[in-house]
Amino acid sequence: MSETSHGAGTGPTQRNAEIGVGLLTLLFGLIVVYGSYIVGFGWGPDGPQAGFFPFYVGLIICGCSLINIVQGTREDPKALFTEWKQLGQVLKVLVPTTVYVALVPFLGIYVPSVILIAVFMKWLGSYGWPLTIAVAFGVPAFFYATLERWFLIPLPKGPIEAMLGL
Amino acid sequence: MFENFVNLWHGFGIAADPFNILLMAVGILLGVIIGVLPGLGGANGVAILLPLTFSMSPTSAIILLTCIYWGALFGGAITSVLFNIPGEPWSVATTFDGHPMARSGRAGEALTAAFTSSFVGAFVAIVMITMIAPLVAQFALRFGPAEKFAVYFLAFASFVGMSKEPPAKTVVSMMIGFALAAVGLDMVTGQLRLTFGSEELLNGFDFLIAVIGLFGIGEILLTMEEGLEFRGKAAKIDAKVVWHTWKTLPKYWATSLRSCVIGCWMGITPAGATPASFMAYGVAKRVSKTGKNFGNGEIEGVIAPETAAHAAGTSAMLPMLALGVPGSPTAAVLLGGLLIWGLQPGPMLFVEQSEFVWGLIASMYLGNIVGLILVLTTVPLFASILRIPFSIIAPVILVICAIGAYTVNNNVFDVVMMLVFGVIGYVLKKTNYPLAPLVLAIVLGDSAEEAFRQSLLGSAGSLSVFWSTPLVATIMGIGLLAGVWPLISNLISRVRGVAQPA
Repeated sequence: MSETSHGAGTGPTQRNAEIGVGLLTLLFGLIVVYGSYIVGFGWGPDGPQAGFFPFYVGLIICGCSLINIVQGTREDPKALFTEWKQLGQVLKVLVPTTVYVALVPFLGIYVPSVILIAVFMKWLGSYGWPLTIAVAFGVPAFFYATLERWFLIPLPKGPIEAMLGL
Repeated sequence: MFENFVNLWHGFGIAADPFNILLMAVGILLGVIIGVLPGLGGANGVAILLPLTFSMSPTSAIILLTCIYWGALFGGAITSVLFNIPGEPWSVATTFDGHPMARSGRAGEALTAAFTSSFVGAFVAIVMITMIAPLVAQFALRFGPAEKFAVYFLAFASFVGMSKEPPAKTVVSMMIGFALAAVGLDMVTGQLRLTFGSEELLNGFDFLIAVIGLFGIGEILLTMEEGLEFRGKAAKIDAKVVWHTWKTLPKYWATSLRSCVIGCWMGITPAGATPASFMAYGVAKRVSKTGKNFGNGEIEGVIAPETAAHAAGTSAMLPMLALGVPGSPTAAVLLGGLLIWGLQPGPMLFVEQSEFVWGLIASMYLGNIVGLILVLTTVPLFASILRIPFSIIAPVILVICAIGAYTVNNNVFDVVMMLVFGVIGYVLKKTNYPLAPLVLAIVLGDSAEEAFRQSLLGSAGSLSVFWSTPLVATIMGIGLLAGVWPLISNLISRVRGVAQPA
């Protein structure tokens, strides 16, 4: 999984990534322990309290996270987690997707889907407009036909669909 | 025993209903598409399509979903052989010899061998399920909460022992799953926990959302990072190639048999199809006369991993049906489906829903036959799907994932959660944390906790309840052994004086 650099590329090291993830899981474990502590993790009048099980789960997460952090510091400090260029590729997907997900609560699922597909095809694929528009509208239309009409599963809709009376 | 065959015969009556056969064909085709596309796999494919089945009868629904699973297992082989891209993790080992064969113009032969051995592996596993599952279920009927927890413990401990990832990482991944499962309303005390006042977390984390995010979005991000372009070999399969290949296959019966055994074993213990395929490949390489030529396009190197992967993928259904402990992430999603349809997986299923169980088992036989015929005849079609550029496929898959996440609970917040899980999945995968235990723990968390608390309630809080009877002590003992296996094997190799690379 972890690839070493092919020479020129630079990026965050695998070592830092491992330690970072270890710290995050440690934090998560602490949150779980704290959350279980609030609701009580002991032995109540009618058996184990609500936090009983998650409390120990949280403790195990903390313990193993510490092991992982220690293991992480022993990683080869030169091995790369990923190259910056590759990370840029990932962000090229992640940023539009985040915007997409953020738009869904306000505009429903159809309009953002059209935008997402169009942006991807224009920006990353540099296709011509006819094909882009055909796919960008065709795919959501397909889902509208199959899900809403055939399976009668309503998907979130926004003001634009309301305007069109769908 | 005889009773089982009567039941199975009855099951064939249910599965062979024309509507169900149609569902099988649809499921297999969808499954192959899912298996071929990056970012969609058995687990999240089934998770996305699960809401569509809510209106069907449980038997038809499970037939559709299991066939998607078989289809995905078949589909992984296509991308491995033609494009050197494993569509699924369990088909990584298939690329070693499958793709070299395709490069030297033997793609048809490699695919025929792959599909046929998949079929053989699955078939053997189904026969085993038919024979053993009812016995296991009957045996498990006597299980109390302590035994139930011991079985869960065994399942999760063998993850720690078997996975190639570092044990501490496997444990963290698993425990995160348990913690996420605990969020929300506590079933026993009716108390809210770990929600920290957030209303969105009242109902806890839905494992379907986690699966769609971790496997779907995470996979897209990984694929994007590798900047992958599909440059594949053309495949031509005609009756002559199939017949020609089939004639050579019986020669490799020993390899097939070995791989079946490895696959079935690894499938029942929740180690899963991926290690099974690697192990079978490794064993075949060591044992085979032509072992040195493995990696250059040896047909045996295709047969071994494919047989094992399918045998494992199929036998993962055994513990799910008989014990309620799924053997793979996809089986876990199917188990979640059973719960949603109002069926309680586990030993009682064989008693109370015997029509459902035997209909399902019969559909496995039929589904795999339908599948073999379908994939052999439609390979060129699927290969052409892969030629659609990633910049079109990726946004479409993202949209499908979002729709799938939304339809689980008709909740927009779930779409946000899906993305969060996607990023987590990407980072965890890059840092070698296994995702399967996390998913299994989210699915089984509540049942495992309930079993744990009930057993402690019986013993007034003393852990000795897990050693109180020979049965529970045996299961716990095997579990402990499986869990600390890495330590033991490490110790053995140290005693032998073999240098252990860190």
